[in-house]
Amino acid sequence: MAAVTTSTERSLNKLAIVGVLIVTIIFLAPIYWIASTAFKPRNLATTIPPTVVFQPEISPFVKLFTKRSQLRTAPTPEQYAAAPWWERLVFDGGEKVVRSGRGEVQWSGYPSRFMNSLIVAITSTILAVGMGTFTAYGFSRFKVKGEQDLLFFILSTRMLPPVVVAIPMFLMYRAVGLNDTHWGLIILYTAFNLSFSVWLMKGFMDEIPKEYEEAALVDGYTRMEAFFKIVLPEAATGIAATAVFCFITAWNEYAFALIMTNRRAQTAPPFIPSQVGSGLSDWTVIAAGTFLFLLPVAIFTFLLRNHLLRGMSFGAIRK
Amino acid sequence: MATAVMTTLDPKSRSAARGMSDLTIRNLFIIPTIVFLIVFNIFPLLYSLGYSFTDFRASSAAPANFVGLQNYRELLNDLFIWSNFAITAKYVIVSVVGQVLVGFGVALLLNRDIPLKGLLTTLLLLPMMLSMAVVGLFWKLLYDPSFGIINYTLGLGSFEWLSNPDMALYAVAITDIWMWSPFVMLLSLAGLSAVPKHLYEAAAIDRAGSFYTFFRITLPLVAPILMIAIIFRTMEAFKTFDLAYILTSQPTTEVISIRLYKMAFQEWQTGRSCALAYIVLIMILAITNIYVKYLNKVKER
Repeated sequence: MAAVTTSTERSLNKLAIVGVLIVTIIFLAPIYWIASTAFKPRNLATTIPPTVVFQPEISPFVKLFTKRSQLRTAPTPEQYAAAPWWERLVFDGGEKVVRSGRGEVQWSGYPSRFMNSLIVAITSTILAVGMGTFTAYGFSRFKVKGEQDLLFFILSTRMLPPVVVAIPMFLMYRAVGLNDTHWGLIILYTAFNLSFSVWLMKGFMDEIPKEYEEAALVDGYTRMEAFFKIVLPEAATGIAATAVFCFITAWNEYAFALIMTNRRAQTAPPFIPSQVGSGLSDWTVIAAGTFLFLLPVAIFTFLLRNHLLRGMSFGAIRK
Repeated sequence: MATAVMTTLDPKSRSAARGMSDLTIRNLFIIPTIVFLIVFNIFPLLYSLGYSFTDFRASSAAPANFVGLQNYRELLNDLFIWSNFAITAKYVIVSVVGQVLVGFGVALLLNRDIPLKGLLTTLLLLPMMLSMAVVGLFWKLLYDPSFGIINYTLGLGSFEWLSNPDMALYAVAITDIWMWSPFVMLLSLAGLSAVPKHLYEAAAIDRAGSFYTFFRITLPLVAPILMIAIIFRTMEAFKTFDLAYILTSQPTTEVISIRLYKMAFQEWQTGRSCALAYIVLIMILAITNIYVKYLNKVKER
């Protein structure tokens, strides 16, 4: 549109800039509010008018990681002096960190749920992307009977609502003892991400010229060697982009995790909401948990921004 | 490259690896995935098909009795189930229309000469990368009638978003629009940038109004990709569970996935819920069919 620069065009452009800025601010405001609440002292989290300027604190994060109980009496000066700095932050909030008889700090459920999320998301991502890369290469380079039908079958496995698949999976898992285990979730997420991984990787594989491998074959490489030494390095960026998408999906999944886990293998998405009690919730702690949970995805989004377009559109758009 | 040279010079390894034909490699690469997907997607569905004809309850030790089509008959005659479908349809329409209006609108703005376009686009993508459950939880705080920032900013006093049955579904849809408009925006932007510039130049020479240019050039050329976005979002919205489940527990926001979840895992009517899952499945297949037909049409262009 640059070719037509009339004065109306110029003023329209200015309007567009203002419009885009307003929309961006509106869209980012909820995220900013989560992040800022995670650093607020408890008494400022739910004030009206909302507190915008405040002295940031890290006490919500200390509270997030520890078990706490209400203080009945104020801590004695000796207790206060003996406590490490982070425990004093909790004292200041009118609570104390729960310690075992031996004086060991009792952790909250959050760190283990966060670890579960990491274990499940990373393992299922490796499996889905690994299998997906091989399969995509198979479809991209060799003749396969009924290729379109098979590819559609693969895609169709992703179209079902999670709850529909979850009912029989729950019964099967119960029968074989996979309920509430890491592997149970890993298998489910791998199955779920595999379809996506195959489709996305096929797009990347199709773009690597066949001549590269043919040249390698002429040089005496076997097909396998050509695949590992020539094709895989060429596909590296595609593999990275696919991996991040699979990771984000597995990281964010809620329905399966809610149904298939309850304690040992529970991930963060069902855990964080379950911490909102019916009484007075400490929103700063919930915000801290949410903030930490959103952080990896936000970082990935920035690192991978140039690949997002192709990934999200399932290869519907070729650039 | 040193290793590569070594392997090509070593006749032993060459002959050993040469034994694997392209056919073997192809099967080795493709078959495990297909088998895996059949075992973990198709097999469970067949398994539940069997249960859908029984009165099985996973919470009791009682054996499953074959009841024939009774589950299906009862479900299809159950007005509550139909109201769940009606709620789902309403939710799909409100949230998809909202996402298209907002997403396409923002894409039109971004398609102009905007400084920092790349950065702004990336920032706008953030909502859809986040977890729906965790985001839903936090929107509860934003919607809170007494200390939520939404009511404060809009000057709505103590307006009830989530506990008002008439408003709750729209509140869920608004959060969904916030999360997924960026997706529509992303696809629209790709479509818009593919419109050939010379068409606009020709229109300008013909002194065509911007109204005419938009409806005769921009919209028809972006329509196919916009349609893909709409179909994707429709299917996703049909499956909605987490957002509505976390945000409210109103009967007016009980979309079909929530009904299904409650029937299976709270009321433990396993057989009946398997039957309902099949009814949902058939509907999804119908939507999918439309999707595939459309995708093929787009490809033909």
